[in-house]
Amino acid sequence: MTATTSSMQAVSTKRRRSRAIRWGVIVRSTVVTLVTAFLAFLFLLPFFNMVFTSLKTTAQMMQPGAPVWPAIPGVFEYEGKELELYLVPMEDGEVRELAIVRKGRQQSTFIDPDHPEAGEIEWSGSWRALQRPWQLHPAWGNYREAWEKIDFPILFRNTLAIALIGLTGTVISSTLVAYGFARFRFPGRGFLFTLLLSTIFLPAAVTIVPTYAFFVAIGWVGTWLPLTVPHFFSNAYNVFLLRQYMLTIPREIDEAAQMDGANPFRILISILLPQCAPVVLAVALFHLVFAWNDYFGPLLYLSTRFDLQPIAVALPRFNNLYGSNPPLIQAASLMAMALPVLLFFLAQRVFMQGVVITGVEK
Amino acid sequence: MAAISKAAPHPGPRTRAGRSRALARREAMWGYLFISPFIVGLLAFTLIPTVATFVMSFTNFNLSGAATQFVGGSNYQRLFRDPQVWSSLLVTVRFAAIALPVGLILPLGLAILLNSDSLRAKGLFRTLFYFPYIVPFVAAIFVWGALLNSETGWINQFLRWAGVANPPNWLNSTVWIYPALVILGLWGIGNAMLIFLASLQGVPTELYDAAKIDGAGWWGQMFNVTLPMISPVIFYNLTLSLIGLFQYFTVPLVLNQGTGAPGGATMFYNLYLYKTFFTYQNMAYGATMAWLLFVIILVVTLVLFHTAKYWVYYAAESR
Repeated sequence: MTATTSSMQAVSTKRRRSRAIRWGVIVRSTVVTLVTAFLAFLFLLPFFNMVFTSLKTTAQMMQPGAPVWPAIPGVFEYEGKELELYLVPMEDGEVRELAIVRKGRQQSTFIDPDHPEAGEIEWSGSWRALQRPWQLHPAWGNYREAWEKIDFPILFRNTLAIALIGLTGTVISSTLVAYGFARFRFPGRGFLFTLLLSTIFLPAAVTIVPTYAFFVAIGWVGTWLPLTVPHFFSNAYNVFLLRQYMLTIPREIDEAAQMDGANPFRILISILLPQCAPVVLAVALFHLVFAWNDYFGPLLYLSTRFDLQPIAVALPRFNNLYGSNPPLIQAASLMAMALPVLLFFLAQRVFMQGVVITGVEK
Repeated sequence: MAAISKAAPHPGPRTRAGRSRALARREAMWGYLFISPFIVGLLAFTLIPTVATFVMSFTNFNLSGAATQFVGGSNYQRLFRDPQVWSSLLVTVRFAAIALPVGLILPLGLAILLNSDSLRAKGLFRTLFYFPYIVPFVAAIFVWGALLNSETGWINQFLRWAGVANPPNWLNSTVWIYPALVILGLWGIGNAMLIFLASLQGVPTELYDAAKIDGAGWWGQMFNVTLPMISPVIFYNLTLSLIGLFQYFTVPLVLNQGTGAPGGATMFYNLYLYKTFFTYQNMAYGATMAWLLFVIILVVTLVLFHTAKYWVYYAAESR
């Protein structure tokens, strides 16, 4: 008898404890998730600020006490006229939102926008001292204005062209080089691969002066060539990523194809490349993001050719011209980031996997 | 191909050995052919320019068209007497002293948080913290710059609301400009975070189980299992951040058009280098400055690699 009771007690404490643990887990995961969500909110706060600012009018930017969201001082349409809304303190202490019909020095006439049929309301006092309510009013026109003033279509064309030419170059050359390192044995392969990886650590500053002088000497400054041609000579990150992936593809199939007399180019194009599609996509995206972000290269080589500049160089120039107009700057910045961010969200898995492989495995 | 060349060491009839040697030679030829873009690029854009930088630093080469002559070590004499060189190096080191720890600890902390078993919707948060990395830094500067505005920026509005009477004048103070630059770069932490996160996920769970049996708590596991296991990745990120920080200058260039404002506090070494060879077109002195930077980075990297054996743990099977 006593034995059963004690065992029953044991079972119930066990159950109680496991329930407590389960509650502990739920509480813990709620707290951790909420803290992370809050951090993410803080981290992305500038983004909201940017979107809000891009939709504000300059008048709102100047106005102290204006709300953070895009708004204009409220108006009420009445009998074909726009009447300004004011916050009017009434005699009974209540503050009402009224539309002004006639402005007077000592006395003004209002109507109630909710009940215009109720007639006019006389109010004594100076209307100039009254606060105005704010109405949500996104100034979409800012985007159109920024689009035209910065000449966005030309900038977009330039950025995209530079990015796509370089992308073609780096995809082709990096694939070839990766294939060479992944599938062929030749003297010095290990050393050359180490040399390739060590270029990641070489500071760009040490090559920039002669490279710039060289491009000046051969007349490439003021063209897209210095920004595109070097990408036709492969890139260490991309080669590494492609090689790692090729190493995971079994050799049996390409050996069989070789027996059938296919030459290495054929094997690369018809057997390896289709299987490498996700990594090739990652390499292409990396380059696109790089080209969209690149500021120093175009600054060096296109500083006098406004008509050929990509958006990263044009945006600071635009900022210097319209610094007093933050909504335009923010609208232009949003346009500048739109494409790479959109592409990232479409292919985020492939993209982040590529980052992980180049970052962790080396 | 490999199967054929694998046959090479096997003793066989003379003709077969000769044939496999020919095959190996052909394989090597194809290999060199495929990696030739890298070889050409390495020569044209890395090795020759590096040597040229060194040679140029002993000349008076510039783009004005005057005849180039060897001038011995006079560029180096000028370099060591140039106060701007030393003040810009100091600026660089001062900024790196703040940016380096933040740039490692923040992404690592975030990765540890995102790796927590208690976190729900991990994939979503990973994407949310990563995606600002995609935003071009020029656009990010204008976004964060608006937030840092001393009068109208949200950061100072928040500080005033929280009771700070005189919040910092971030972008116009010679002291606060450095934290401000770190804040301007916050959206760039996504890459390091992602790499740390992947390396955290790669730590074998048996090690945590063993540590738990030994009575290790959260901190014990962190210091005895997690950090040693991911130390190669920390080392890799540390090295690349250091090299990057020594060359940091595009953000102040965009922010202040390269004037070094406020009061020279953003006249970074690389900015001075850029102005020397690009704005003043003094190639020889630019090359001399670049060579000094290269030597500094090389020394720092070598020292770092030397310390690696004391704190970087390479599992036997991975290396």
